[in-house]
Amino acid sequence: MTPPPMSAAEAAQINASVRNGWLLSLPALVVLAVAAVGPLLIVLVYSFLEAGKHGNVVGNFSTGGWSGILWTRDIFTDSYVLADAHLTIFWRSIKLSFLTTLTTFAVGFPTAWFIATRPPKARALWLFLITIPFWTNLLIRTYAINEVIRTEGLLNLALMKVGIISEPLKLIYTDIAVFIGMTYVYLPLMVLPLFAAIDRFDLRLLEAGYDLYASRWRVLRRVVLPIVKPGIIAGSILVFVPSLGAYVTPRVLGGGKQMMIGNLIELQFLAGKNWPLGAALSMTLLIVVTIALLFYVRAANGEKTHG
Amino acid sequence: MTATNAIEARNVVKAFGQGDATVRALDDVSVEIRKGEFFTLLGPSGCGKTTLLRLIAGFEMPTGGHILLDGQDITYLPPNKRPVNTVFQSYALFPHLTVAQNISFGLEMLGKPKAEIAARTEKMLALVKLEAMAGRKTSQLSGGQQQRVALARALAPQPKVLLLDEPLSALDLKLRQAMQIELKRLQQETGITFVFVTHDQEEALTMSDRIGVMSQGKLQQVGTAKEIYTRPRNRFVASFIGETNFLTARAEGTKARLASGDVVDLDVPATGDKTLTVRPEQVRLVAANEAGALVATIANLVYFGTDTHVHLALSDGTEVTARVQSPATGDAGLEKGAKTGLRFAPGAVQIVGD
Amino acid sequence: MAERRFSATRLPGFATIAMLAFLALYIPILTLVVYSFNSEVTMGNWGTATLDWYAKAWANADVKDATLRSLTIAGFAAVISTALATMAALGTTRRRAFKGQTFIYVMINQPLMVPEIVTAVALMILFGLIKTVTGVHGLGYLILAHAAFCIPFAYLPIRARLEGMDLTLETAAADLYASHWHTFRRVTLPILMPGVIAGAMLAFVVSLDDVVITEFVKSAGQDTLPTYMLGQMRRQLTPEINAISTGLLLVTIAMLTAFFLLTRKKD
Repeated sequence: MTPPPMSAAEAAQINASVRNGWLLSLPALVVLAVAAVGPLLIVLVYSFLEAGKHGNVVGNFSTGGWSGILWTRDIFTDSYVLADAHLTIFWRSIKLSFLTTLTTFAVGFPTAWFIATRPPKARALWLFLITIPFWTNLLIRTYAINEVIRTEGLLNLALMKVGIISEPLKLIYTDIAVFIGMTYVYLPLMVLPLFAAIDRFDLRLLEAGYDLYASRWRVLRRVVLPIVKPGIIAGSILVFVPSLGAYVTPRVLGGGKQMMIGNLIELQFLAGKNWPLGAALSMTLLIVVTIALLFYVRAANGEKTHG
Repeated sequence: MTATNAIEARNVVKAFGQGDATVRALDDVSVEIRKGEFFTLLGPSGCGKTTLLRLIAGFEMPTGGHILLDGQDITYLPPNKRPVNTVFQSYALFPHLTVAQNISFGLEMLGKPKAEIAARTEKMLALVKLEAMAGRKTSQLSGGQQQRVALARALAPQPKVLLLDEPLSALDLKLRQAMQIELKRLQQETGITFVFVTHDQEEALTMSDRIGVMSQGKLQQVGTAKEIYTRPRNRFVASFIGETNFLTARAEGTKARLASGDVVDLDVPATGDKTLTVRPEQVRLVAANEAGALVATIANLVYFGTDTHVHLALSDGTEVTARVQSPATGDAGLEKGAKTGLRFAPGAVQIVGD
Repeated sequence: MAERRFSATRLPGFATIAMLAFLALYIPILTLVVYSFNSEVTMGNWGTATLDWYAKAWANADVKDATLRSLTIAGFAAVISTALATMAALGTTRRRAFKGQTFIYVMINQPLMVPEIVTAVALMILFGLIKTVTGVHGLGYLILAHAAFCIPFAYLPIRARLEGMDLTLETAAADLYASHWHTFRRVTLPILMPGVIAGAMLAFVVSLDDVVITEFVKSAGQDTLPTYMLGQMRRQLTPEINAISTGLLLVTIAMLTAFFLLTRKKD
């Protein structure tokens, strides 16, 4: 028996529903297209233009922006040499982002576990305590950690008072300061998705694991970690992506010397040096971040089909 | 000409999905529901009864066919233009409104004058005995009270037809029985046509003026409770409502010869291979040597309190279940493995279609 | 001594690490708050407890100006983004899945995925072009930029609320003679309201907190509170910054508390 054709009224109902879906979403899409997605295309265009003398661009096609990422022109010999200043900055960005991700996980997992295993009322309170720093202005938090680690800061004052050190530690404006700062400001970004994953985890599985003679660490490794893996991936991406594009934290704690990619991009635009290079650097950052996100989406989907 | 039917469905088809995944929830259903009657759509889940109700309410549009209200075609009328109201399975009470505001919602939407709305709401509150709860939020009510608010809300605009979608399924047994009586009372007091959907055969049998039994998107039989129970049209109806025995037989006139060779009497003359059905309570146990009785072996006895189910095997092994009232001692005086005679009560043997 | 019971959820050392993490999170913030009351400029010296820095910040015309601008932008951005996000949430939930729905999701969540610095330079270039061509300056650029990146934050709680909402309530309203508009006005919107308010508050906080995009998009003399503070941090640090930070912190905590109360599941 052939299925009956949809009646005109039924089809009209479905069409109206789809049309309304688009119409209702349209205003948001327009604003996002104008003020979020569209401008990225302009950056792409600018990365292929020639740099102006005093910043901005000249309307000629050029790959100078892209080649400038790795090569720089030596004005004395008029030859191209490796831009090792840039490479140092890339290496620092990647190194610090990885370290930040690892450290926030090492601290964040026990913290998330602790919150998720509290009784419901206490859990809400601990969760709230994580959420406050999460939503607190990034600049304020960076400034707060600066208050602790700067040369005349709380940490040095305390260590000298106790007598562990006689001279203040010169942490501020070093890689370590930027690393401590990023770990501090991005820790909540790691804890929240980990908490969500552990919260969904059926704690009775632990008892099943112990019942089958597993030790605590083996239960953790063989039962818990595989199941909460999507949360681990989510947390890692949520920390890694903004770390890589960090701007405020290295600016305040790195003091303009320990630059990361974000600061390098700023330098090209605000100091008016080389807009096409800044645009090409922005695009590179965007591409790296997109690859990281795609990896995340694939990993998350993979989990879903297994689970 | 005034129509005598409140609702009429004509060759209604409703398909869900497209291409190979198409499912016919309703497959050419025609039914007439009379004015002022308590009509029940009965069937297992997925039989299409709720779909038919939603088409009458206007929440869905049919793939084919027509629906008439008081003789007017309302097939494509949106739900807010139909003088038909629904009591939802989940009640769907508005959580942000009070009991009274829920009840007056429909009247307000119809643009009735304020005084009339107030008076009518009062009256409905009294009808379902919830005057004291008028100002409460619906989340503060018990399941039974929420049920009554849902009823009052649907009855307040005085619809031509009230649709009830398994409204009692969320209540416990005691409350359900009380609400059955309450519903019947409300229907008689208001005189409104009720179309009631349920999968519970007992509910259907006790409350309805007429029942439509549905299965696999088709209407299997329409009739009063007695008609459907005593004269089921096919195997599905016979087995879905109550318990029954099926026997295969060759009919000739008013006699039918079973596979075991035994001959039984028929009400209605017939010819050829037929399926017969007999309710277990219409099977009488008699002495094994009684003249004209069928001889069977007692295979098993199951005690059910009020009665005992006796599982019997005819000479060719055909199984027949008899239901006998348990005596005061509980011991029916029967023994597994013993031979017994059995008779079918006059008129109890029915021929059913497949 | 009480007998030690087996607890399946206890993992050795985890509670200790968690406690240290909470301490590490809060000590800097508390330090910042405490030193906003220090009469001395340097940390090593604690003079007396004072509200002078608050008074100073309050009297500072630049701070007042920046605060007012921050609140104006956040207010507009919150209202616009919430209105757009509400419509989009209504358009993308509770209807049969349609082609392009994924595209809409990606668009809406795009500001969460692109590094802020990239969006910031992109907007700087675009708005710079528009400013040159039209000669129009003003707060509109900042409001538009903020409204855009606030949309995903406003969208999230509204969508969650909509998905948790019983569809039969709207069916019931239609059954009770309500038109589409009346159903929305009398049933959908009131039930959706806590989600809308929560979304607006998140958008407000997110806009108020923004540094990077504002820093790049603003014209001269358009400092918001965060960009003003960022500028000050390059110079001499005084507890005035601590006082301003504490004020902002209080606003955030107040908003979050209200948000939690609004979205809390009823028992």
